Amino acid sequence: MIFNIPFIAVAALIIIGLYAVIFRKNLIKTVIGITIIESGVNLFLITLGYREGGVPPIYTNLPEDVSIPRGMVLPVPQALTLTSIVIGVAVLALMLSLVIHIYRVYGTLDVRRIRRLRE
Amino acid sequence: MFSIDTGSGFWNPILWVLVIIIAFLMMYILRSLGRKDYRKTTEQIKPFLSGNPELEKDKMHVRGSNLYWGFRESLKGFYNVLLKLHSGNTSDYILWFVVIMAIFFIIIGVI
Amino acid sequence: MTSIEYIIDHSPALIIAIPLLGAFLTPLVSRLGSRIRNVFVIIVAMLTAFLVFLLASDVFSDGIRTYIFGSQDLTTPVVRILFEVDGISIFMAIISVLLSLLAAIYSWSFMKKYDGLDKYYTLLLLMTAGMLGMELTGDMFNFFVFLEITSISSCALIAFWTHKGEAVEAGFKYIVVSAVGALFVLFAVALLYGQYNALNIATLANTIQYSFLDKIAFVLLITALGMKAGLVPMHMWLPDSYSQAPSSVTLILVGATQASLYGVFRMCFTLYGGVFADGILSSMTVGWFIVVLALVTILIGVTMAIIQTDFKRLIAYAAVAELGYMFLGIGVGLTAMGTSYGKTALDGGVFHILNDALDVGLLFLVAGSIYYATKERDLDRMGGLARNMRYTSMFFIIGLLAVAGMPPMNGFASKLLIYESTYQLSPILSIIAILSSILLLAVFVKVFHSVFMGPELPRFRDVQEVPRSMLLAMGIIALIIIVIGLIPGIVVENIVQPAANSLVNHLDYISHVISIGGV
Repeated sequence: MIFNIPFIAVAALIIIGLYAVIFRKNLIKTVIGITIIESGVNLFLITLGYREGGVPPIYTNLPEDVSIPRGMVLPVPQALTLTSIVIGVAVLALMLSLVIHIYRVYGTLDVRRIRRLRE
Repeated sequence: MFSIDTGSGFWNPILWVLVIIIAFLMMYILRSLGRKDYRKTTEQIKPFLSGNPELEKDKMHVRGSNLYWGFRESLKGFYNVLLKLHSGNTSDYILWFVVIMAIFFIIIGVI
Repeated sequence: MTSIEYIIDHSPALIIAIPLLGAFLTPLVSRLGSRIRNVFVIIVAMLTAFLVFLLASDVFSDGIRTYIFGSQDLTTPVVRILFEVDGISIFMAIISVLLSLLAAIYSWSFMKKYDGLDKYYTLLLLMTAGMLGMELTGDMFNFFVFLEITSISSCALIAFWTHKGEAVEAGFKYIVVSAVGALFVLFAVALLYGQYNALNIATLANTIQYSFLDKIAFVLLITALGMKAGLVPMHMWLPDSYSQAPSSVTLILVGATQASLYGVFRMCFTLYGGVFADGILSSMTVGWFIVVLALVTILIGVTMAIIQTDFKRLIAYAAVAELGYMFLGIGVGLTAMGTSYGKTALDGGVFHILNDALDVGLLFLVAGSIYYATKERDLDRMGGLARNMRYTSMFFIIGLLAVAGMPPMNGFASKLLIYESTYQLSPILSIIAILSSILLLAVFVKVFHSVFMGPELPRFRDVQEVPRSMLLAMGIIALIIIVIGLIPGIVVENIVQPAANSLVNHLDYISHVISIGGV
């Protein structure tokens, strides 16, 4: 049970994020919602990287009997998460800069009023 | 080289090109049968509107939204629903995504 | 080994590396002057196109080609990324690279008056690199990374005219939709990685069990990529962003949308191909689901296009309808998997990707030319433009006939393949598809009348024909449309069928990676 807690947190984060994107009216909150979804997905990736009894691939601090490189855990999920975080920062910055521009032109951040493009 | 096989038939554009060439020939013949006394510089080029005076050019042009108004009028109920769905609200876009995901998951999971 | 073989050997890497490097060199080169920068960008795009065509000739004659980034030693468990280029990948790459080359040519005059062009061209080349990466990669996570690169750069390009509120709004909607979609793709990738400990598409396809988690991953992948490809009812971002982006950008956006469509193809037919082939998941179920959505896409796209008054928005809805035909091709191909008409439907769907990119792209360029010449995008305020813009109106007629599927244009050839195969599945579907195609013709006749026909309006008396670079870009597309329309047999046999075959024979894709050591 205790090992399932991260997965429950992942599901909760993604659902909270989707809730924020769908039901919140403020654009900033939409952006926050997307960031929360992203944190959920990143948490999921990191959780997958956990191997019980695994040895981290840090060469200076290896136990004696570990063969290199087979005995160590392959750090793929960590690498994926780092990439995903970097991409997430880029998306976040882009979204916030667009929100600034929208506020300048429309004078509001209410998602119901920012819909000149419809039909 | 030119034709493709569609399983139950075939399509060869060369035949159609021949048809188009024949159509253009007929058009040319019909056109050459027309009146010879047409002159571009005289008042012959003015539009004839059953004797009514021509309005200014801006009012004579049939605008884009004037076309197919009958289509829109007769399908009013359909379009009212459709336009309501295209709300332009960002949240709705994501809502549709979640809805389709749920439907697809139910279809795959149940069947 | 001759030098040309050496280049072909490394071309999968070079096809990504050249536009990427070119993108970041553009700000430096633009210091030398705008003309040099434009030439530089076009040369980079041409070089990429040349490499893609070189690789294409190799792939179509010798089969699948792989390229390993990282350790060549396959015995130790090291991290590496594999590019795997088969028929459908290179087919999509040809379309993308063609569109971005034409967009670069078109931008020369079209964007001349605006500043910030060094950033514009940087993003243009980045987007090209992203699309090509999505299409050539054989790695799930890499696919996600390139998906995000494409989304970010295209979002910045959609909102390029930031002084217009609408453009920024469209950009924001696009980035929200893409970010959520891409995050769900990443979630699906993580689900697959957690179970099978692999990221390579071929390795995953080889070991996939179709457990409960795989079901979730499948749903997430297809829906998220379907949203990015504009499947109704998740299409609403598409008219917004297509209509607000500069026309040259819209041309590449068509390619970016189709790169997502390629993702749907790849996931359905390669990653889950074995699951369908073994009958664990009934291909009928998924197939019918896609067929129904495709028909709704066609119908809603066409009916919404009829009532639009904004020129580019109208074409965008027509593009939604055209996407529906491609999804119809996939759907029928899945439903009737293994039969001969299923294969024909798939051929038609794949062929229509090429035709749609050209037809819709040409129409968007014409809309951009009209905007350039008159600064007008409302159909109600235009008229009589054929008098002054002779070539543009000719190109519009070609695009109109092609997009409505009139013989002998290229659109007809691919639509005929789709109609005839759909008819064998169910006649009703095919009838709806044909009727929608007729409606599409009606839509563009309306546009043609209200824009190009009618009396010469006093406001547009001084309108000039657009500059030469724009005419050149439109002319090239029109020429390709006519050539493909006249020789569909050659195109289908040499390009389309290998692409469709590589989708159907998913075992080739898998065995090629296994034969070089797996993972």
